[in-house]
Order: sequence, then structure tokens, then C-alpha cells
Amino acid sequence: MKDISKSIFKTDGDEKISGQAKYVADIKLPDMQHALTKRSSIVCGEIKNIEYPTIPEGYFIVDHRDVPGKNVVKIIYEDMPVFTEKEITYLHEPILLVCGPDKSIVKDIVDNIKIEYIEKKPVFDWVNSAVHYHFDKGESKSIFAKADRVIEYDYETGYQEQAYIETQGFIGYLEGEKVTLSGSIQCPYYVKNAVIQALGTADDLVRIIQPSVGGAFGGKEEFPSLIACQLACAIKKVKKPIQLIYEREEDMLVTTKRHPARMHFSAAIGKNNELLGLKVNAGIDAGANIGLSAVVLARALIAGTGAYTIDNFDASGDVFITNTVPNGAFRGFGAPQMFYGVEMFMEHVARDLGIDQLEFKKKYLAKQNDLTSTCGIFRDPIIMNEMLEKALEISDYKKKRKEYSNPLSNKGIGISLFFHGCGFTGSGEAKIIKAKVKLKKDKFNKVYILVAAVDMGQGIRTTLRKVVSHILEIPIEDVIFDFPDTDFVPDSGPTVASRTMMIVGGLIARACETMKKRWKESEFIIEKTYIQPEYIKFDDETFTGDAYPAYSWGINVVEVRVDPNTYQTKVLNTWSVYDVGKSIDDRIILGQADGGLTQGIAYGYLEVMNHVNGVIKQKNMTDYIIPTAMDTGNMETVIYENPYAFGPYGAKGVGELTLIGGAPAVCFAIEQAVNKRIHKIPASPEYILEMMNDEKNRL
Amino acid sequence: MRKIDFRLNGVPVSIETQLNRRLLDVLHEDFELIGVKEGCGEGECGACAVLIDHEVVNSCSIPIANCLGKDIVTIEGFSNTSRYKILKNAFEEEGAVQCGFCTPGMMIAAESLLNKNSNPTIEEIKIGLSGNLCRCTGYNMIIKAIKRAAKEGDGKW
Repeated sequence: MKDISKSIFKTDGDEKISGQAKYVADIKLPDMQHALTKRSSIVCGEIKNIEYPTIPEGYFIVDHRDVPGKNVVKIIYEDMPVFTEKEITYLHEPILLVCGPDKSIVKDIVDNIKIEYIEKKPVFDWVNSAVHYHFDKGESKSIFAKADRVIEYDYETGYQEQAYIETQGFIGYLEGEKVTLSGSIQCPYYVKNAVIQALGTADDLVRIIQPSVGGAFGGKEEFPSLIACQLACAIKKVKKPIQLIYEREEDMLVTTKRHPARMHFSAAIGKNNELLGLKVNAGIDAGANIGLSAVVLARALIAGTGAYTIDNFDASGDVFITNTVPNGAFRGFGAPQMFYGVEMFMEHVARDLGIDQLEFKKKYLAKQNDLTSTCGIFRDPIIMNEMLEKALEISDYKKKRKEYSNPLSNKGIGISLFFHGCGFTGSGEAKIIKAKVKLKKDKFNKVYILVAAVDMGQGIRTTLRKVVSHILEIPIEDVIFDFPDTDFVPDSGPTVASRTMMIVGGLIARACETMKKRWKESEFIIEKTYIQPEYIKFDDETFTGDAYPAYSWGINVVEVRVDPNTYQTKVLNTWSVYDVGKSIDDRIILGQADGGLTQGIAYGYLEVMNHVNGVIKQKNMTDYIIPTAMDTGNMETVIYENPYAFGPYGAKGVGELTLIGGAPAVCFAIEQAVNKRIHKIPASPEYILEMMNDEKNRL
Repeated sequence: MRKIDFRLNGVPVSIETQLNRRLLDVLHEDFELIGVKEGCGEGECGACAVLIDHEVVNSCSIPIANCLGKDIVTIEGFSNTSRYKILKNAFEEEGAVQCGFCTPGMMIAAESLLNKNSNPTIEEIKIGLSGNLCRCTGYNMIIKAIKRAAKEGDGKW
């Protein structure tokens, strides 16, 4: 039988290339109404009075009084109201919806609702900690006292906007008492459970259907639950189909972004320039709600040792509440911030010690059976040394690194080493998600994959079918994987955390094995529920044990030229080497690699987003620059096999891994090109200019 | 309201509408051409790209009034051509499609580029695609796909 990694055409290529794939905006229903959100025009305070214009017949106002259930959006931490009742905690906080048949009249009504506020002094400083975590490993306390010297640095990361090309939106309708919603989402059951809570209704009276999704990158993990709850309340009131789709500006101003982070690192250095211990303290800006932020912080802190084994380690951090737009999930989920910080720190420490940076990092690279930052065990083989040799060879790194040390070259090359913990952090997979999948065979020998996993571009509609077709040895055309519909598929968990192929695909693979034994039976369904491998144990209180069942590993090399006059960075070449266990489809994995690295590099040098007094300054695709084809360098990727026992064919996580190493790698390259140290991303031309004027900043 | 006549995907059409409506809305809503996507609404992302008299144009930035007598081709019209088949195959071979939301616009931009330059260099392809944003692929595979299409479609453009 042929190798499953061998690429096939994507099963949805046809409909997407021809433009016939239906995204939420392409769904039209008879008598469809439009909804638009009225939002706060202040950053912090209370609503004093709302004055409405004359509302024409057929038009409706939907606000907190129309939430029949709990006026809180069900996310991991429940602190976001469906509609605010009184309190305003960030600019553009949703207050009410206006619904009606004519979009322009709906907009007129929204514009003519006058709201009086009592303004309060907002907080933008990182002073209100809502969550604090601390854990340590080894003799982290005493080792700093014994150190020969201590080196300390600060690092800072900015916002990053997911910038999926399809904005957020839903359409929904009522059938009797039952609300059905279809929207641009990653997690059908997150949405379903949130709507059940907001409506205070029964499980079988909410149905979520996923259409084609035009990119998500984490941005459609938790935020869509808010829109869905609001729209569900509107549908209950108006009793007609309603469409609610954000325009780009609304999407950029109000949806969740990557948390800005600040990290302080300390290294205890011994007499022989050895790294005795490491301390990190990190803060992330949650914005006005906690939401998923605590989990983001947890993933960041667990990544605090980077790809290295540090015997004595201390991690602490806070989730800070500010009067700014709430932040949330974005591909990498805290890891891109921390890997940027720890990679930069390791590099800078080595420079301070006068040691070759790569040699210094190699010395501490994690090995199989080493203890993780949380005293879990890296149980599976780690092949980073072999991967590193490959990365150096294909990029000709050492020669270029030497050549570009001549400042007149204006060029630089950098290398980053990193991992990603696959699946939910801590005991989430075992205790919260408990994924369920079903596999159905009909009498015509067609096999149906029944899971809630969403294809948002990462290709799961192709790769899951491929797994089933390979194990059952049937043509892929006989494997059916329709868009998830919560009336028909079990809760296999959200499409997040690089868990879909490894966890959901793993369950499907096991269901296939059972199905294969019973193949002669005419019609039947196999159900499987995720059980965490016995040896994987994690204490969420003390951060002790195995935070992840498996780890994917990666290396990025980035080569740049920085214009000596404009300080604009041009990415020339990139080389990547990844261990993703087993590639289920080479072309799809390489696509993830290209796309993830492009986002990761852009996070490091290009994508600028900031707020001034709670106002996000980049509100459209003209202000917020994401890479165009012109910004793409030549890209080369090598995939290594290193199978994980519980992943299908050995597959581990892919999607997030590919974003994580881009920022540090591009920053090292820029550092070499301009002969200055970077402590903040994005390393924009303005920031480089600042560094150039800083006499004390030396590489 | 006024009557506007133009050619749409090779067929003469006529529509009674407000003159200030965006071509994007007329195509998507009135003609139900769902291959024309709204990504940004301000001419920045290219998801709504169509050909007007063989030139690639963002349909969100064109009022329908400007379309009088024009020859407009959307992905739906382009997909009936042999050049489409070559490009489609190249996109699939190279893995140029992920979420698919930018893909019809990319196909239109590629057709326009190859019409002007049947054998573009990598740099020329990058310039040709610079008006179309893709957040999934990092463009690498789209660039390779167009290079492949140029080779395989020798003589078609």
C-alpha cells in the first residue's frame, strides 16, 4: 500500500477554485433580515440613557432584555456579556442589535440611536492582574544565589490580527422553537453550548451548521460565540431569518487579537559560562475580559524554557485586565510570544558570554527522557540535532552567518529552534473536552466521518478522509465527510490547539480499525471517546507533570536584507525543518509550513497594530499591513518522520508549530544586518531607526 | 433607479438598479455569482476581483454606473475556458488552495497576468499578485502554480 504522505488533490479544491464553495455570506434565505451592532463610543463608564429614533414597522431593537437565558457568553472563563446592560469596559463594546429588512435603514437607525454615558477613567496600564500563575523546577530559588553572574533582559511583543480574508458572520433562522445558525466558525460545539446558555433552552433546540470557512487562525475560536448568542436572541424576537456579517473595519476593531506580552528573563550563569538556571516573568494584556487568556498564559509559561532543558527554572506570570478590546486565540496561543522571548534571550545571553549562539543553544537542546519545564517527561525521541544539521546544510547558514558579519552587506541570517505542545494544555483534553467521534458505514459500503472538526483551510476534509480510506482500504470517494452539523455529529471538540489530526484523527483511526473487523456487517456505527494515555498526568494547580501528550519540533532559518536608508526589511530566503510525527499529506503540510512561517515572520517585523487610549489605530487592510506576494522570499521546507504512537500513522500537530519560529528567526537576521539588538516586535523600520540612534545598543 | 446594460460572462445582461451600488453587490446579490467575495470592501484584498474589458478590477470599488457597456467576466465565466482548466490543475498540483476565500480572485489575477505576459518570471508573478491578499498560503504555492500554468498552457495565453 502506498505511503499516506504522498499528496492527493484536495477534496474541496474544485468547489473552491471555481468559486462555488458556499461561505456564510453566500447563503441567502427567503425574507432574510439584516442585523447591525450598536456599540459604545466611549472606552470606560456606564450607560446613562439611550434615546431611540422612531423605529419603523418591521425593524427591531435587540438588547440585554432580550436574552432569555444567562447574559454571559460561555467561554472558558465566563466574563463577557452577550449585550452589556450598563457597564462599558472597552471601546465598541456591543450594546444592542438593530434588525430589519433593509440594510441601509438598519444602518440609519444604528447611527441615530443616541447614547448618553457617565465616563470613568479607563485603565491601560498593566496593573490589574486577574490571573496569576507561578511554578518552578529544580533548585530555582537557591541557584541564583550561587550564580557567578546573572544576566537579565526584557522583551515585548505587540498585537497581531488574524486577518482571515473572510470576515466573521452568521446567518440563522427559527423553526418552531428551534434556532439554527450557520457561521464562519472553528468550533461548532462552543457556539452551540454558548447559545444554549444564552437562550436558556434545551440541547435539542439549538443547531449549528458550518459552511465553508474563509480562514480562522484562532480568530474564530471563541469570538463567534458572542455573535451567535446575540443573533440567536434576535432570531427569537424577530422570528425571521437574519444575517449578521461584519464589515472589515468592524471585524478589525472588535474581534479578538493576539495578546501583547512583556517578558522579563533572568539567567543564572556559572563559573564556566554554563546556564545554571532561568527565570521568566510574563504579563499578557487580556483586554477587557479574561476569556481564554489564562490558558494562553499557561501555554506561554510552559514554553518558558524554549526548546531547551533547563534544570532550574522559575516561571510566573499575570493576565492583566485593561480597558481595551478583548484578546483571544491566535495560532500558537501564547507560544509565539514566549518562543520569541526565550530565543532572543538565549541568543543575547550567549553574546554577552562571548559564546557562539548556536553552540550555546545546542548544548541545552532537549533530549528524549529529559524533564520538561513542568517536570513532565519528553517521552518520545527528539531528533532536533539531526534536523539542525539539515537546516544548516540546506541554508548554508554558517558560511552566510560569517559573510554577513560584515556590516556593509546589510544582510543577515538567523535561526530559531522551537517546539509546540500538541493538543490542549494540561488536563483539558481528558477533563474538559472528552472528544467523541463516530464513524458510520452504510449498506452501500460508504463510510461517513461524523466529527465536529472544521476545515478552515488546513485541509482536514481531505486528510481525515485519506486516513479512513487508507486504513479501510477503500477509495476516498467512498469516504464522506460533510460539513459539521451539530444535529448529526458528536462533540469531537473544537478545531484548535493543533489537535484535530492527532486527537480526532487518532480516534477516527481507531474507529476504522474496529470497523475493519466488522466490515462484513451491512450497516453500523462505531463510536470512540478520547482517553488520555494513562501515563499522561498533569496537575493544573501546581503545573506539574506532562502538559501535553506529544510535541512537534521545528527549526526556521531566515535570510534578510535591511535597506540601510529606509530600514525596510526584505525577506530573501527561508528554510524550515519540521518534525510533525508523520505527514498525512505532504503538499498540505508544506502549505501549512509556508503559510504559518509567513505569518510568524510578519509577526516579527511587519504587522504593526497598537492602541492609543483604547482606540485600535489600524482598522482596515490598508492600515494593517499583512504580507503580499511581494513580501514572500524563496521558501524551502523539509519534513522529518518521527511517529507518535497515538496519532494516526504517527501524526502530531502541525498548524501552530509553523508560526512559532518565524519572529525570532527574522529578528536574529535583522540584528545581524543592522548590528543592533532587538527587544521588541514587530521590528518595524521605525523601531530599527530608534535602535540605530541608540548608541548603547550594540550587538 | 436606472437601467444598465453590460456583458456578463459573455452574455448581454440588463439590470434596473441604483447607480451608486457596488458592482460586487450587483454580482453577488442580483446575479447570485457567489465566486465574487467580499474580503475588505476597500479595494485592498482582491477577493472580489473580476475582469472588466480584460483588466483585473476590484468589484467592491466600482459603482455599477461605471459598468455601462462593459464586458465583465467573473470566476463563473472564466471557469468555462480551457485556460481555467490549466490554471485550476496547476493550483491543485502546487497546493495553492487552502481556505479558498481568496482563490477565485487569485485565479482572475493570474488570468489577467498571463494574458499580458504568458511567461512571467517569479518577480513578475509576485507583482501581478500584489493586489490579492492571501492569509493561508504565504503565496509560495500560488506563485509556483502560476509558473506551472504558464509552462503547461504554452500557447494558450
